Amino acid sequence: MERSQPCVALRDVSLFYRGDDGREVHALEGVSLSIAQGEFVAIAGPSGCGKTTILKLVAGLMPATRGQVLIDGAPVRGPQKNVGMAFQNPTLLPWRSALENVLLPLEVVAPHRHHFRSRQREYEARAQELLQLVGLDGFANKPPYQLSGGMQQRVSLCRALIHEPEILLLDEPFAALDAFTREELWGVLQSLWLARRCTVILVTHDLREAVFLANTVYVMSKRPGRLVHMTHIDLPRPRTLEQMFHTQFTDYVHEIYNRIGEVRV
Amino acid sequence: MKPNTLLRRAFPPAAAIALFFLAWELGCLAFNVDEFILPRPSVAIAAYFQWQEAIWPNALQTLFTTLVGLGLAIAAGTLIGALIGYSALLYDALYPLLVAFNSIPKAALVPVFVIWFGVGTLPAVLIAFLISFFPIAVNVATGIATVEPELRDVLRSLGASKLDLFAKVGFPRALPYFFASLKVAVTLAFVGSVVAELGASNRGIGNMMVIASSRFDVPLVFAGLIVVALMGIALYAAFAILERRVVAWAYR
Repeated sequence: MERSQPCVALRDVSLFYRGDDGREVHALEGVSLSIAQGEFVAIAGPSGCGKTTILKLVAGLMPATRGQVLIDGAPVRGPQKNVGMAFQNPTLLPWRSALENVLLPLEVVAPHRHHFRSRQREYEARAQELLQLVGLDGFANKPPYQLSGGMQQRVSLCRALIHEPEILLLDEPFAALDAFTREELWGVLQSLWLARRCTVILVTHDLREAVFLANTVYVMSKRPGRLVHMTHIDLPRPRTLEQMFHTQFTDYVHEIYNRIGEVRV
Repeated sequence: MKPNTLLRRAFPPAAAIALFFLAWELGCLAFNVDEFILPRPSVAIAAYFQWQEAIWPNALQTLFTTLVGLGLAIAAGTLIGALIGYSALLYDALYPLLVAFNSIPKAALVPVFVIWFGVGTLPAVLIAFLISFFPIAVNVATGIATVEPELRDVLRSLGASKLDLFAKVGFPRALPYFFASLKVAVTLAFVGSVVAELGASNRGIGNMMVIASSRFDVPLVFAGLIVVALMGIALYAAFAILERRVVAWAYR
């Protein structure tokens, strides 16, 4: 593979912000990383270490105090349009059906918003296809409150992907789900990624989740957050839940676990 | 709705109203209350039928001033509510002023408005507007200010403008709050216009009640009160039905 320009790059990024109590918070210190086009990266670390902050910087929702955030070589200034986001909380709009929730980005993001009316059927078909891919065919017209937590999270993933973003930012999307649903959704996310091959940054505190899904796992220190370790996960795709019991898999988890143990003391 | 369920839903309030009138009627009879102090409902209703040709134009006048005042309150309340809901700065800046205005007894403003605008429809419209504006503004502001930050991030990361955010999230999310406030505001608006008509109008139910009481025609005063109450219920019900249709998602 030729070495092309990274899709996302952080160059020596530091971030200070004023917290709710008025005190200055030193969230990130000297973070540098570079993510290739189509790479799946997981960032793991103790809670409050600034993992979410990295996502906000990449999305352009907040500016870095020092250093540079680059997407496709261009510095990020202000909210990005080619990213999709999903959070721990599915944040669906309760007055819209599952399908209408998935369509929301197309009503907002350019250039789709300008043809939303004329191409509505086509867009709906695209949303239906995505819902099918995550196993929600037949639920398109249900309102969110009639869906389980896992189903809502699937809809949220579809919403993050409908406008075919180049970069998908996931902030602990499965943290609030029960263990069985969570592992099921790992499989769903993996097949979505294999189908779309977008660049993914997943923030998580679940190490098995990180190893199962990512090509590269970064470990962050506690605040101020620094990247202290990087592991390439060299496991064949598609990965199966069965593989989680193989020593190759558990060795990765164990190694990362030890690294996190080091930064927590 | 099936006729059967409609009947079942309508029965309890109808029965409660009937019981209320019955207790009033029997209480007046039992304690031999003078008609001049508190007329029995049957007498008040008889007065209504005796005077209905005079009552209706006045009732419509009151309904008109109430609706115009309420309409202004909806427009201004939604606008101010959206502004202070979106901007923490405007919220901090304007809230004390809004509370101060709302604390002023609206009846005390009637003579002021008479000096400014003379006797007529305008003071009644303005009082109805002022009294019903506050709950609408506060509720719309609450609905908009409590939009989940993640949802805001989702839309902002799509390049949504403030207007998009309002149209796609803020406004629909504020609608249940808006309708809740509307049900309070509509009854308050009636209070406002009738209070203003008592002293500052030559038309309307309030004015009719002043004339009736100056002739010691207490049954007609009570007939007027009942008409105002009925119009209040009718408008409240209209908004409640509209609410069920528009924000059905909030009731599950």
